[in-house]
Amino acid sequence: MVGPPRPDRPARRRAGTVWLLLAPMLLALLLVAAWPLLRTLWFSFTDATLFDLSAARYVGLANFALLLADPEWWRSVRNTLVFTAVSVALEIGLGFAIALVLNREFPGRGPLRAAVLIPWAIPTVVSAKMWGWMFHDVYGVVNAILLQLGVIGAPVAWTASPDLAMAALIAVDVWKTTPFAVLLLLAGLQMLPQDYYDAAEVDGASALSKFVRITLPLMKPSLAVAAIFRALDAMRMFDLVYVLTGSNRETMTMAVYARQQLFDFQDFGVGSAASTLLFLVIALVTAIYLTMVRLRLSEHGALAG
Amino acid sequence: MLPRAIRCGAFLLIVAAIVLYAVFPFYWAVVSSLRTGQALFSTSLLPRDFQLDNYIAVFAEQPFGRNILNSLMVAGLTVGLSLILAVPASYALGRVTFRGRGALLFAFLGVSMFPQVAVLSGMFEIIQSLGLYNRLLGLALSYLLITLPLTVWVLTAFMRELPREIEEAAVVDGASPLILIWRVLLPLMAPALVATGLLAFIAAWNEFLFALTFTLSSETRTVPVAIALISGATGYELPWGNVMAASVTVTLPLVVLVLIFQRRIVAGLTAGAVKG
Amino acid sequence: MTKFLMLAAAVCGLVAQGAAAGTVSISCSALGKEYELCKGGAQAWAQKTGNEVRFVSTPNSATDRLALYLQMMAARSPDVDVFQIDVIWPGLLASHLLDLTPYVRPEVKAQHFQTIVDNDTVDGHLVAMPWFVDAGLLYYRKDLLEKYGVGVPEQWTDLAATAQRIQDAEHKAGNQRLWGFVFQGRAYEGLTVDALEWIASSGGGTIVDGSGKITVNNPPAVAALDLAAGWVGKIAPEGVLAYGEEEARGVFQSGDAVFMRNWPYAWALANAPDSPIRGKIGVAPLPKGGPDGRHVATLGGQQLAVSKYSPHPDLAADLVLYLASAAEQKRRAIEGSFNPTIANLYKDPEILQANPFMGQLDAVFANMVARPAHVTGSKYNRVSVAFFSAVHAILSHRGDAATNLAALEKALNAIGRNGRW
Repeated sequence: MVGPPRPDRPARRRAGTVWLLLAPMLLALLLVAAWPLLRTLWFSFTDATLFDLSAARYVGLANFALLLADPEWWRSVRNTLVFTAVSVALEIGLGFAIALVLNREFPGRGPLRAAVLIPWAIPTVVSAKMWGWMFHDVYGVVNAILLQLGVIGAPVAWTASPDLAMAALIAVDVWKTTPFAVLLLLAGLQMLPQDYYDAAEVDGASALSKFVRITLPLMKPSLAVAAIFRALDAMRMFDLVYVLTGSNRETMTMAVYARQQLFDFQDFGVGSAASTLLFLVIALVTAIYLTMVRLRLSEHGALAG
Repeated sequence: MLPRAIRCGAFLLIVAAIVLYAVFPFYWAVVSSLRTGQALFSTSLLPRDFQLDNYIAVFAEQPFGRNILNSLMVAGLTVGLSLILAVPASYALGRVTFRGRGALLFAFLGVSMFPQVAVLSGMFEIIQSLGLYNRLLGLALSYLLITLPLTVWVLTAFMRELPREIEEAAVVDGASPLILIWRVLLPLMAPALVATGLLAFIAAWNEFLFALTFTLSSETRTVPVAIALISGATGYELPWGNVMAASVTVTLPLVVLVLIFQRRIVAGLTAGAVKG
Repeated sequence: MTKFLMLAAAVCGLVAQGAAAGTVSISCSALGKEYELCKGGAQAWAQKTGNEVRFVSTPNSATDRLALYLQMMAARSPDVDVFQIDVIWPGLLASHLLDLTPYVRPEVKAQHFQTIVDNDTVDGHLVAMPWFVDAGLLYYRKDLLEKYGVGVPEQWTDLAATAQRIQDAEHKAGNQRLWGFVFQGRAYEGLTVDALEWIASSGGGTIVDGSGKITVNNPPAVAALDLAAGWVGKIAPEGVLAYGEEEARGVFQSGDAVFMRNWPYAWALANAPDSPIRGKIGVAPLPKGGPDGRHVATLGGQQLAVSKYSPHPDLAADLVLYLASAAEQKRRAIEGSFNPTIANLYKDPEILQANPFMGQLDAVFANMVARPAHVTGSKYNRVSVAFFSAVHAILSHRGDAATNLAALEKALNAIGRNGRW
C-alpha cells in the first residue's frame, strides 16, 4: 500500500512488540538472577544446612546476629576494604599512566596495546597459579631476581607471611586488571577535545602544565567512573583470593568467607546471611555509581532519552 | 627541555617496561612448563631446557582434554543462548523509545554487578531441584547470570550506532520488528556480534566460582577448576610443571584470539563501559 | 501344571540372575596408582563373585569430595554403594552409613589397629572398614647427622638444637640454602595434623577430648606451641607458613633441609632416581615433647563405607570386606606401598622386601592419635579451621600461645555449645 506513513500505528505496534522482544531475556534473568537472589535472602533467615535444604526453619535475625558477632567476619570485611582501596588506587594510577603512553602516536603502538591486553585475557585462576609459582619463597623467580639485585637479603615469603600475603594478592590483581583500566581511560583520553591543547601550545605551556591544567580536570569524571567500576569488581573478588591464599584468614575476603560457611561448614543460613550483606554493600556502591553515571551523562548532554 | 634523543630513549624505556610487566609472567610460565624434575626448581631466566614431559603428563594424568572440551561446550552454549536472547532485547533497548527503558538499562548494569556468591545458595537449590547438578547444562544456565547482562549491554550500545535510515526504510515497507532485526540489522551487526560473542565467551571460559561449586567429578570439570585442582600421582603432590603446562595450553589460544581480535574487543569493552 | 512349571522356572531364573548380576558402584580415588589398585581389587572381587563393579570418579581434593558425598547423601542418592572416606569423616557421615557390625567377624575386626577401628565406630556402630593408614614421620638426612656426629633426636627440643647446630655449621661452610626443619605450616587441615602432633606428644591432649570437653588450653599445649613458634624464622624458613606437604617435600628433596615432617608417601619420591638426596635419608618416629611425653603421629588414611541408601547392601558390604581383607591389603602394600591397617602384615617378609622401611612403621602406627572428628561430628570442619587459624597466628608471631589458645577455647565453646556437640 503506497501512501504517507501513519505515525501512530507503527508506534503502537512497536510498544506492544517491544515487550515481546524483551520478554524471553527478562524471563531468563528472572530465573538466574532474581529468583536465586530472593532464595538466598530467604535462606539467610533460616537454619538451612547443605544436608537438608527443605527442612529449613525460620529463625529471624539469628544468623545476622551470629555473623556480626564473629570476629572472622569483621576481619574479612576489613580485608575486602583494604584490598579494594589499595588495588583500585594502584590500577587507576598505573592504568592512567599507561593510557597516557598509548595515547601518543608512535610506531609500535598497536603491538603495545596488544601486549597490554594479555594479562586481561588470561583466566584469573591461571594468573593466580602463575604468580603463586613466581612468588614461591624458595624456588620463585621474584625472590631470585630481588636477591640478585640486592634488594632483599633473604628470600621473602610472599604468600605466607600475614603482612605480605595481602600485598602479593594486590600485586596480582593490579597486574590482571590494569588493562581494563587502561582501555577505559584511553577511551576517555581520546574523547578529550583537541582545542584546549592547541590553545595551550600557542601559549607556550609545558607538557606538565598541560597535564595538570587540562588533562586531569577533564579526566576526573572518567577516572571516577573507572575507579568505581573497578571497586565493584574488587569487592566481590573470589577467584584470586581462593586460589592464591585459600582459607588463610589474613587475606579472606567476604566472598570467600561466605562460601566457606556455605560449603565447607555446610551452614546455608549463616552463609546466605553473609552473601546478603555483601550484596547490600555492593548494591549501595552500585547505586552511587549509577547516580554518578547519570550525572555525567546529563552533564555532557548525551542522555538521548 | 631535554634533548630529543634522551626523551626518545626514556620513552622507549617506559614502553619496554610496560611490555615486560605485562608479558613476563606468561613468559615465565612457558619457560617453567618446559622444565621437568629437579630442573623445575632452577631460576635461570633464559630457557635452557626444552622438554615436553609436563604437557604429556597434563593430558595423561587427568582428563584435561575432556576439561577443555567441557569449557568449550559450556562457553559455546552460554554464548549462543545469550546472543539469541539478547539480540531482540538490545534492539528494543537500543532503537525504540519506550517508558522504563532508562530504568531497565540501569537495572542490567546493576545485575552485572552482582557478587556471584550472593546468588550461590539460591542457584544451588535451583540446579539441584532441576537435577542438573554436576551437569554441563546446569553450568551453562547459571552462566547466563554473567553473560546475559554483558551481551545486552554491549549489543545495545552497538545497536544505537546503526544509522536510522535503513531502519526507517524497512519500516515504511511494512516490515515487522523481527524481520527487521533478522534481515536488515543482523547482517550489519556481524562485527558487533563477533565482539560481543568473544567477550561473553572469555567471561564464561574464565568463570570459576560456579564451576567449582556445581561440578564435582573430574570429567565434568571445566578448565579453570581443573587447573586450580591439579594434583599429581598421589593426593599430596602439586606438580608445578604440570600446572604451568596446563596454564600455557589454556592461555595460548586465548592470547592469540585476543591479539587477532583486539580491535573488536576494545571496541566492545569501551562501547559497553564508557558510552551510556 | 505346565503353566506353573514355566512360571516357577521363570521365577527361579530371575532370582538366579538377580543374585549373580548385581552391580555395585564404588567411589574410590580417581588418581593414578590409587585408582589402578582399587580397580584391580574390585574387579577381582567381581570376577570371583560373579557380580559387576562400576567406578564413579570424584574430586581429588578431600574438601570437594566431602561436599559431593554430603550432597548425595542428603538427596538419599542410590548412585554410589561404596564410598572411600577420609579418616576424619566417619563422625560427620555416620547417620548415612550402614552399620557393618553384622557383616564383620570379631576375629577379622581384631586384626586391624585398634585406634582406627575406634575411629570408625560411632555410637557403637562400625560405620567403615579401615583400608589403609597414614601417619606422620620424621624424615632426616642420614649423611648430615653422621657428619656432625649426632643421633636421631628423641625430643622436640633435641630436634631444634640439632637442626640449629647443623644449619649454622653448614651456613659457615658456604651452604647458605640449608634450613633445619620443614613441615606443614600453611593455614589448612595439614596444620591441624602437625600441631596436634606437637601438642599430643607433650601431654597436651587432643583439642577436644572424647567426652566433648574442650581441652586445648592447657600448659603443655601452650608450651608446645610456643616452642614451635620459635622454630619459624630460626630453623624453619618463614615461608613454612605457606607450606603444604608438597612444598615441604620440595625443599627437603632438593637437599635444603635437615629434617622434614611428612607422610610416608614422600619416601618413594625422595629415593627416586633423579632425587638429589637418594640414599641419604632415614625415617624415625616424631619426637616426643619432653621426657614424659610420647612419640605420637596423627592418624591419617582412608576407610571404606557402605551407603545406607544402597540398593544392594549385602553385596556392597561383601566388596568392602574383600577390599579390606589381609590378602588385598598385602597386594596393595607390595604393588603401591599403601600402608596396611592390619598389624601383623608389618612382619610379612614379602611386604618388607618390597618396602623395607615399613618395618619401622608399626611402632609408629601403634601410637597414633586421632583428630577429634568423632566427637565433634558435623562441626569438625569449624573446629579444625578455628584450631589451625589459631596455630597459624601463633606461628606467625601474632600473639603468644597463651593468648591465642584462650581465644580458641572461647571460640570452640561457642561452636560446640559448651560441650554439647
